[in-house]
Amino acid sequence: MTLLSVRDLTVKFATRDSSVTALNRISFDLAKGERLGIVGESGAGKSITGFSLMNLLSRPGFIDNGTILFQGDDIVKMSESQMRSIRGNQMAMIFQDPMVTLNPVLTIGQQMVETLRAHRKLSQKEAEQIAIVKLREVYIPSPEDRLGQYPHELSGGMRQRIVIAIALLLDPQLIIADEPTTALDVTIQADIMELLLELCQSNKVGLILITHDLGVVSQMTERTLVMYAGKIIEAGRTREIINDPQHPYTQGLINALPQQTQPGNPLKQIPGNMPSLAAIPNGCAFNPRCEYALDHCRTTAPEIVQYAHVEVACHEVSRLHSDKSEERSA
Amino acid sequence: MSTLETIPPPSLWVRLWDSNMGYSFRRNPVAVVSLIIFVAVALMAIFAPLVAPFDPYDPAQIDIMNSEYPPIWIEGADPSFLFGTDDQGRDLWSTILYGTRLSLLIGLCAVALQAFLGITIGLIAGYVGGRLDSLLMRLADIQLSFSTLMVAIIFLAVTQAMFGSETFNQYAIYFLIVVIGVAEWPQYARTVRATVLAEKKKEYVDGARVLGFGPLRIMVRHILPNSMSPIFVISTVQVANAIISEASLSFLGLGMPPSQPSLGSLISSGFDYIFSGSWWITAIPGVVLVVLVLVINLLGDWMRDVLNPKSFKG
Amino acid sequence: MNDMNPAQPLLELKGLEKRFELDRGFLETIKFRSGKIVRERREVHAVNNISLNVERGEALCVVGESGCGKSTVARLIAGLLTPSGGEIHYEGERIDNRSRHAMMPLRKKMQMIFQNPYASLNPRMTIQQALEEPVRYHNPEMSKSDVLEKVATVMRSVGVDPSWAKRYPHEFSGGQRQRIAIARALTVDPEFIIADEPISALDVSIQAQVLNLMLEAKNQRGLTYLFITHDLSVVQHFGTRVAVLYLGSVCELADTATLFENPKHPYTKALLSAVPQLKDDHPNHIRLKGEIPTPINLPQGCPFESRCAYANDRCRVEQPRPLQQADGSIVACHAVEEDRLES
Ligand SMILES: Nc1ncnc2c1ncn2[C@@H]1O[C@H](COP(=O)(O)OP(=O)(O)OP(=O)(O)O)[C@@H](O)[C@H]1O
Ligand SMILES: Nc1ncnc2c1ncn2[C@@H]1O[C@H](COP(=O)(O)OP(=O)(O)OP(=O)(O)O)[C@@H](O)[C@H]1O
Ligand code: SF4
Ligand SMILES: [Mg+2]
Ligand SMILES: [Mg+2]
Repeated sequence: MTLLSVRDLTVKFATRDSSVTALNRISFDLAKGERLGIVGESGAGKSITGFSLMNLLSRPGFIDNGTILFQGDDIVKMSESQMRSIRGNQMAMIFQDPMVTLNPVLTIGQQMVETLRAHRKLSQKEAEQIAIVKLREVYIPSPEDRLGQYPHELSGGMRQRIVIAIALLLDPQLIIADEPTTALDVTIQADIMELLLELCQSNKVGLILITHDLGVVSQMTERTLVMYAGKIIEAGRTREIINDPQHPYTQGLINALPQQTQPGNPLKQIPGNMPSLAAIPNGCAFNPRCEYALDHCRTTAPEIVQYAHVEVACHEVSRLHSDKSEERSA
Repeated sequence: MSTLETIPPPSLWVRLWDSNMGYSFRRNPVAVVSLIIFVAVALMAIFAPLVAPFDPYDPAQIDIMNSEYPPIWIEGADPSFLFGTDDQGRDLWSTILYGTRLSLLIGLCAVALQAFLGITIGLIAGYVGGRLDSLLMRLADIQLSFSTLMVAIIFLAVTQAMFGSETFNQYAIYFLIVVIGVAEWPQYARTVRATVLAEKKKEYVDGARVLGFGPLRIMVRHILPNSMSPIFVISTVQVANAIISEASLSFLGLGMPPSQPSLGSLISSGFDYIFSGSWWITAIPGVVLVVLVLVINLLGDWMRDVLNPKSFKG
Repeated sequence: MNDMNPAQPLLELKGLEKRFELDRGFLETIKFRSGKIVRERREVHAVNNISLNVERGEALCVVGESGCGKSTVARLIAGLLTPSGGEIHYEGERIDNRSRHAMMPLRKKMQMIFQNPYASLNPRMTIQQALEEPVRYHNPEMSKSDVLEKVATVMRSVGVDPSWAKRYPHEFSGGQRQRIAIARALTVDPEFIIADEPISALDVSIQAQVLNLMLEAKNQRGLTYLFITHDLSVVQHFGTRVAVLYLGSVCELADTATLFENPKHPYTKALLSAVPQLKDDHPNHIRLKGEIPTPINLPQGCPFESRCAYANDRCRVEQPRPLQQADGSIVACHAVEEDRLES
C-alpha cells in the first residue's frame, strides 16, 4: 500500500529578477513501513525535498508544480490548518541539529506534554505517562527525572534521542529524518541509527532518511534515491545501487570512498564541482564532470528509465554497462 | 571551473553595482534620493568659492546697507541676493554655502579623529584582551557617562576663558574638531571591539598566527578589513551627530565665530531677528542643517539594513 | 646538528596538558554552596598527560569523538595555545616556551590546515594576495618577480588555476577554497603539516580530490603530517600510525594496519565496530552504555570506565598507564594489561 506518492514535484526559489529551480520533477513512492534513503552531495536538494513533503518551504522557495499524495490527499493543496493536523501527528521530522526542534526554555516534559495535548484530548497525568513510555523506548535512562530537565543539560546524543521520542509521540505514519546523526560521533550515530531502525520496524513507520553518508543508507534503508542538482538520477533497491551502481555519478560517488582504494594509492576522484542552481548546465547536469558524456548529453536532458535492476537518468548507461562487463571479463 | 576561466573579473564599479548592496540601493528610492541630495549639498559646499556669488569672508564685499533683505520670492527683495541677506549685509546664500562647508569639514574631521582613536583602542582591546581590555573598556564607560555636549561646553568655555575670545575664535575650528573627536571615541571602540572579538575566533586569524605574522599585521591587514561594515554604519550616524554637536556648540556661542559662521553660528546669529520679521536668517540655514542631517541618517539606516548580517539568508 | 640523528623524532610531546579555565574573573569564581560562599574555579581538562612522537615522513592520524581534545592538541603544537603542563620538542629542541620571534624559524617548517574552508581564508584578500603575503613576510629580501614565480609554482603544484588569482574566496566552492588554503600553507615550504579535520566540511567527491592533493604533496615534498579526523575510513587510507584519543588521553597508539586488524582498547573496538559499512548487511556494533563523562569533572580512574563493559574496581580508582604490546602498539587499559579481554 502506498503511503506517500510524489509526482513531478518542482520547487523553485524566487531570486532578484527571476527564479531558479531547486527540485526538477521529482517522482517517487513510499510504501507503508518502507525505509527510503535520499543521498547526494551538499546542495543537491535533499533538504528541500524533506521540507516540501512537510509543506514547510519558507519564503523565497515555493512549490511550482506537482503533487504530493499522502494517504491519498494532496499536501500541496492543503490549507495551513489541515497541514498542521498532519504535521507532527501523522508525519514527523527530525533535523540535524536537535536544538532546532527543542525549545531551550522549556523542560523536556513540558515540550512533550504540550505536543501531545495539542493533538489529543489527554490529561496532564496521562500525557506524562505517554511521554515516559516514549522516552523509555528510546533508551533514555531514568526517564522520570529527564522530564524536568532542560535541553542544554543533556548531551548531543541524548538530545537527538529525545527529538526522536517527540517525533514518535503521536505514532506517526512517516518520519522524515534530515541528517539526524551528522552532528554526532560515530559510536552515538550507530546507537541512534540502530534505535531508529528498530522503532520503524516494530511500529511499521515509514522512514525517509536524508544523508550524504552511503554507509548509513546502506545499513538503514531498503530503497535509495540518488540526487544531483535537483534531480533524481538513480533510484532503486539500496543493495543494488550500492553493489552495482549504474549512473556515472553514483559510481563516482561510491568509488571515491577511501574504502574502495588500496591504502597509499590515490583515490578515484570525480573532477570538478556540483553546479550552483543558477548555472545548471544544459542537457544532463552531470555532463561536464562525466567521462562518458557525448554530444547529446550536452543538449538533451536524459529521462529516468528502468535499466538493469534500477531506474537511471543517463543516455549512455548501456555503453557504460558494456564497458564494465568487459572490465570484469578481462 | 571552466566558467571561471573564461569570464575576466569585472571591474570594481561593476562589482559594486551588481553586488547585493548595489542592488538594494537601486531598489530603495529613499536611499537614492538621500544620496543625490547629500552629494549635491556636499559638492556645492566643497566648491563654495566657485558656486557662491559673494565671498562672505571678504569685508570689502559686505555692505551693512544691504542688511536684512528678504529672499527674492518675498516683496522688497534685492534680486542679487537669492536668499536675502543677514544682519551684517552678507549674502545669505553664499554664507550658507561657506557655512555648510565648515560644518561638513568639522563633522568629517571630528569623525575621522573619533574613528582613529576608537578603532585603534577597539582593535587593541579586542585583540589583546585580558586586563588591558578591561581597562580600556572601563575608560570608555567613564567617557560615555559624560554627555558629549557637557564635556564640550566645559572644555570650550574653559579654553575660551583661558585664551580670550580673539585667539579662541582664530583656532575655534581645531578646538571643535578635537573636542567632538575625543568625546565620542568610545562609540567606535565598543563597536570595533565587539567585531574583533567575533573575527578573532575565525580560523583565518589562526592561520595568520601560524604563519608567524605579528599582532600589528594581523590586526591591521586581517581583522580590520573584515570589521569595516559596522564601522561604516556608525560612521554615518556619527557624522550626523558631529554636525549637530558642532551646530549646538556654535549656537551656544562656543563654536565658530560670527565672522566665520558655520550653520550653527548662522542660526544663532539670526535668532535675535526672528521676531523682528527677518526669520529667513535663522530658518533657511536651519532647513539646510535638518536636511543634511536627515539624509545622512537615512543613508545610515539603509546601510545598516544592507550590512546587517542577519538580513542575509545563508 | 639534530638533523643528523636519524632516530630523533621530528616532534615529541612529553606529558602534554591543557586546562581551560571556565570561570574567568574573580566574581565568576564566587559560588554559593550549601549555605556558604566559597571561591571555586572550574576547569576543562582538555588534554591530559599526552606523550607522543611524530616520526619524520609519517602521517600520524589522531581520531576520537567530538570534544576529546584533538583540536586542542593541534593548536598546542602549532603554538596557538600555551600548554598548562608538559613539553613539546621539535627536532630535539623545546618549542612550547618560545617567544614569537624565537618561533619564527619554525613557522616556515610547520604549517596548519584548518577544518572550515569558509573561515580559514581572509574574505577581504584576493587569492593572489593571500598566497603572496607569507612569501613576502618570510623572505623580505626576495625580489617581486621571484615572489610571483614562487606563488605561481605553488599554485601549479596544487592545481590552483592562475586565473583565480584576482578573485576573492567567496567566489569559490569549499573544495576549491581548501585547495587554496593548502597552497597557502605550502608557500613557505614546510616539512610538517598539522591538518585539523581538513576534509570534514567537504562532500564525498570533493574529499577525494583534497585527500589526493595532500597525498601527492606528501610524496613530492616528503611532508610529515599530523592528521586529525573522525572518519576512520580516511585514517585507514591515509595514516601510517593512529592515535586514538578519549577524553584528552591517548588510549591506543598503533600502526594503522595493526589497529584495524586487531584493535585492543575497548573504546577502539567500539569505535571500529560503529563505522557504517557499505556492503555489510548485518552490522553488529558494540553498544556503549552509561554516561559520557565531561572533561570538567574528570573521572579518577580510567577515563573510559563509565562506558566500558570490562571495567572493574581497579579501573574506577587507578588510571591505566600506556603499555607497549607484543605487536608494537601502545594501549592504556587495565583489562588489556591483565589480559581480561576475550577476543
Ligand atoms: N532560501 C533559499 N534561497 C535560494 N536558494 C536556496 C535557499 N535555500 C536553499 N537554496 C538552494 O537550494 C539548493 C538545495 O538545498 P538543500 O538544502 O536541499 O540541499 P541539501 O541537499 O540538503 O544539502 P546539504 O547536504 O548541504 O544539506 C541549494 O543549492 C541551495 O543553495
Ligand atoms: N578556548 C576554550 N575555552 C574553554 N574550553 C575549551 C576551549 N577550547 C576547547 N575547549 C574544551 O576543550 C575540550 C576539547 O576541545 P577540542 O576542540 O580540542 O575537541 P575536538 O576533539 O577537536 O572536538 P571536535 O571533534 O568537536 O572538533 C572540549 O570540551 C572543549 O569544550
Ligand atoms: S547522460 Fe551523459 S553526461 Fe549524463 S551521466 Fe550519462 S553519460 Fe554522463
Ligand atoms: Mg540539507
Ligand atoms: Mg576540533
